[in-house]
Amino acid sequence: MTRLPVHTAIYGDFTISYNMNLFEELGRFCNLLYKTLRSSTEVKTYGSNLLLEMIKTGYDSLPIILLTGVFTGSVMTIQTAYQLTTSLIPKSTIGAIVTQSTVIELAAVISGLVLAGRVGARIATELGTMRVSEQIDALESMGFNSVTYLVMPRLLAGIVMFPLLYVFAATSGIIGGVASGALLGTLAPAEFMTGAQQYFFGSDVVFGLTKSLVFGFIITAIACYKGYYATGGAEGVGKATTQATVLSCIYILFADLILASILL
Amino acid sequence: MIEIRNLKKSFGSHLIWQNVNLDVLDGETLAVIGKSGSGKSVLLKHFNALLYPDEGYISIDGQNIFEKDYVNLRKLRQRFGVLFQGAALFDSISAFENVAFPLRYFRVMEEDEIQERALRSLEMVDLKQIGDKSPAELSGGMRKRVGLARAIVTEPDYLLYDEPTSGLDPLTSDEINDLINYMADSLDITSIVVTHDIHSVLKVADKAAYIDNQEISWSGTVEEMQHAEQKNLRDFIKASEYLIS
Repeated sequence: MTRLPVHTAIYGDFTISYNMNLFEELGRFCNLLYKTLRSSTEVKTYGSNLLLEMIKTGYDSLPIILLTGVFTGSVMTIQTAYQLTTSLIPKSTIGAIVTQSTVIELAAVISGLVLAGRVGARIATELGTMRVSEQIDALESMGFNSVTYLVMPRLLAGIVMFPLLYVFAATSGIIGGVASGALLGTLAPAEFMTGAQQYFFGSDVVFGLTKSLVFGFIITAIACYKGYYATGGAEGVGKATTQATVLSCIYILFADLILASILL
Repeated sequence: MIEIRNLKKSFGSHLIWQNVNLDVLDGETLAVIGKSGSGKSVLLKHFNALLYPDEGYISIDGQNIFEKDYVNLRKLRQRFGVLFQGAALFDSISAFENVAFPLRYFRVMEEDEIQERALRSLEMVDLKQIGDKSPAELSGGMRKRVGLARAIVTEPDYLLYDEPTSGLDPLTSDEINDLINYMADSLDITSIVVTHDIHSVLKVADKAAYIDNQEISWSGTVEEMQHAEQKNLRDFIKASEYLIS
């Protein structure tokens, strides 16, 4: 891949070279997304991989998501109970706070950050290894559209499965909250559920699902980009994987802020 | 026929080679030789437009391949079989499925016919019995042979070999050379072999092109190569202990 020339300017070599590289990366990323979108009708090429990717992204991530949800909900309940020391506020408020926080924010964001490591790293490593071992070149040499065959199913799997994983994360979070309240004697399950139901709104779930869909796109798109264009052997694959994970986390947090500002 | 005219390639400011002009006739085997890092594999990847040059063109049957749109380029690539340096087998499927892979997607065939063609390809490289093994379970020589079986299963018009004998012991290297000859003779395939193995060149090639100082500094028949007077080429061949005169 030919790099753009770097020009010296009054702003300094570093600033200009950084900005030129940033634009080049952004352009290449958008080009990859465009090629992926254009190939969306070639179902025969990517269809066979799609189900497998959905299983790897969704089903195989269930244990960690359930664990994350349960512990997040439990800790939220304990900490909220710790903070609510006044008897003027009913204990059912704990259930309301934990449930709404979980549904609106924690289920999507915490599971997104976990999946950036699990799913994002897996995708970047798979594609990066295929790139440096010339398997992607082999696909292209056979006349395959490697973007259709490799990127499309991974991206679609992320967009479809992340919202489903969010549902499991939110549910397990609430269950974790109920269980920890009951086991520690802080809050009876009935009290928890009273508060939870009072402040449970369908619009919050839609917001959470929207966030998780966006996070799914961010994680898989970045991971596919980093892996697909990896260079430099094993070290390069490692670098691509690390960058995919870190960038996904950063952009998840950005997207979280933007979505909250726009949709709430 | 493949015609290469005035090809030039750089990566950023680093010039790989320029003024590359070569002809490859139908049924011929051309060996591209040169020191490590001279750009042999880079040149090979231009033949099926995996890489694009900065200047010049490659014409196949009178058509400039770099002017084709992506759909037609993919059709052109199906006329090529490629044996990559590390074989580039797909790790997640068995050796047999690797060989059958291009048939499943690009040929309208019944499953029986796919199985028969894939088995026949594996038979040609004497590996019929290992079809169910994964690439990780195969030796380097076996991987190369499976890669070759995959390259020929679609009955291509052209075969590209990237360092087919690198990393192999002399006996296995000779087996690969014999297979390359067999493909060229029995299937009448036009072949381009990138290698620094002079023994391989002498055994399989009709013509050779030597990349040196960022250009094709010598080209001719293999017989002419053995008597070439160009110093760098003679040193290159002598280092392989195959100088004839």
